[in-house]
Amino acid sequence: MSVRFSTAEVDAIAALARLELTDAERKLFARQLGDILEYAVQVQRIDTSGVPPTASLVTSHAADRHDAVAPSLDRMAALANAPDAAPDAGLFRVPRVIG
Amino acid sequence: MSHPRTIHAVRGAIRSGEQSAVDVCEHALGRIAAHDPALHAFNTVTSERALDRARAIDRDKARWKDAPLSGVPVAIKDVLCTRGVRTTASSRILDTFVPPFDATSVRRLEEAGAVIVGKTNCDEFAMGSSTENSAFGPTRNPWATDRIPGGSSGGSAVAVAAGLSTFALGSDTGGSIRQPAALCGIVGLKPTYGRVSRYGLLAFGSSLDHVGPLTHTVADAALVLSVIAGVDPADATSSPEPVAAYGAALTGDVRGARIGVPARLVDEGVDPEISKAFRAALEVLGARGASIVDIALPNAGAAIPVYYLVATAEASSNLARYDGVRYGFRAKVEPQDLLTMYTRTRAEGFGPEVKRRIMLGTYVLRAGYYDAYYLKAQQVRTLIRRDYEQAFERVDAVAMPTTPTPAFKIGERVEDPLQMYLGDVFTVSANLAGLPAISIPCGFTAGGLPIGLQLTGPMFDEASILRVADAHERDTDWWKRTPREFEDLRI
Repeated sequence: MSVRFSTAEVDAIAALARLELTDAERKLFARQLGDILEYAVQVQRIDTSGVPPTASLVTSHAADRHDAVAPSLDRMAALANAPDAAPDAGLFRVPRVIG
Repeated sequence: MSHPRTIHAVRGAIRSGEQSAVDVCEHALGRIAAHDPALHAFNTVTSERALDRARAIDRDKARWKDAPLSGVPVAIKDVLCTRGVRTTASSRILDTFVPPFDATSVRRLEEAGAVIVGKTNCDEFAMGSSTENSAFGPTRNPWATDRIPGGSSGGSAVAVAAGLSTFALGSDTGGSIRQPAALCGIVGLKPTYGRVSRYGLLAFGSSLDHVGPLTHTVADAALVLSVIAGVDPADATSSPEPVAAYGAALTGDVRGARIGVPARLVDEGVDPEISKAFRAALEVLGARGASIVDIALPNAGAAIPVYYLVATAEASSNLARYDGVRYGFRAKVEPQDLLTMYTRTRAEGFGPEVKRRIMLGTYVLRAGYYDAYYLKAQQVRTLIRRDYEQAFERVDAVAMPTTPTPAFKIGERVEDPLQMYLGDVFTVSANLAGLPAISIPCGFTAGGLPIGLQLTGPMFDEASILRVADAHERDTDWWKRTPREFEDLRI
């Protein structure tokens, strides 16, 4: 399977990834993503019938804990790194979404 | 004047009263001031905080006397959260982020008496193999300053190799501890998945990320591991498996140990000087009574594409959190609009390699492509794990060179990401399988560039690879060498 990307496809992926791209990036990524996926085609040639996927390497879980209230991050500490916090309201501020 | 270089030597000097914790700290800070402008191992140097800590350790001798890392300087990769100390991931999107909590591994080091001297440069969000993908500029290899130190924990490796810090913490998602350790002539250990808590590590690929030490010696790596290992309620993937006595495993006795070598894999595309050093390292182990066994890892050749499909998928999901709302950088957008604020913040905040991986990961997780790429890669990941399981029925450890080539020149591979990825051929499979793996110095090229030997062991059997690595270290002196400009250090 040969992999070629049009800039329109790159735009569709960028929209999903919430990335604004420059024209130079759109062209560059169209080529580079194609090259990388072309190389990845060898994975598709391997017979995996009946092989379960590995999503996690965890073999033994720590025992479940009680669902008890424990100290958590102070609200002001949590807001301290926000580019636009509203500390009086105890909230993060974002551009208006609803008109 | 010579200064103690290893953790064990620093502890000895402090315990005997020959040096105070403040002496040791001032020495490290002095070396950082002298050499870091040329090397750029550090993003942030925490001089005042470090001296305060060292003074406290000197003042309360009774409390700190027996702490395993009392007064020992440590450099922390800038992807591990440090409370009150800027943590950037070498990214513009986090360049003002000051965490309100410590990573568990960092907290455990400080509780053991270690003194943090700074946060080290790395590839942005640990994505890279050269430390060139940093928003703050590249780190240079102290053995040849026109060359890369490896990555992504390049700053941590350089801090140790150049004697700016006695040891360092790094993270390893596809080789990011072992590869820079190899290219800088030091020891780098990636423990078993789940052995060391990931709490407070900025997530890249959650099923592949590991925290581990970079040190001068195997005994130092064993000591640091014994401090940071163990279950953590804050990381659900950390393991309740008991922590072994790693220091006690270093007996020098490897008689009867079986070392597997995947001949077909290591004979292909490896620099001849590295092949030669690798064979010589096997002979050192053979002379101590280990036997070398030919093994096959039939699916290891597919490890790189599998890795770059799985890692980018996980990264695209993990990095969705950087949206300019809760922390970090936010782009100015006029007129104000939420979606444009998101997309422009990420466009201006992330560098090219991070964007490339987010794009690739978003693509492979997309409806219609998921089965062909992501699911398929996870199935082949199972086959790679099975290859190792079968090998470990016959051998105690698997040996490979850590890297196929020595450190390359800065800028050489920037334009060709695929070429950069191919350099991870020997390291990524241990991340896919979750196995412990260590890189140790095993020689130098004729041009004076370090070469690393990698040993991989069965799950939770760090003790075995540490024992074999230590045995090799006892009969070689590669680890004693220091880059010419940084010679005033004692072992």
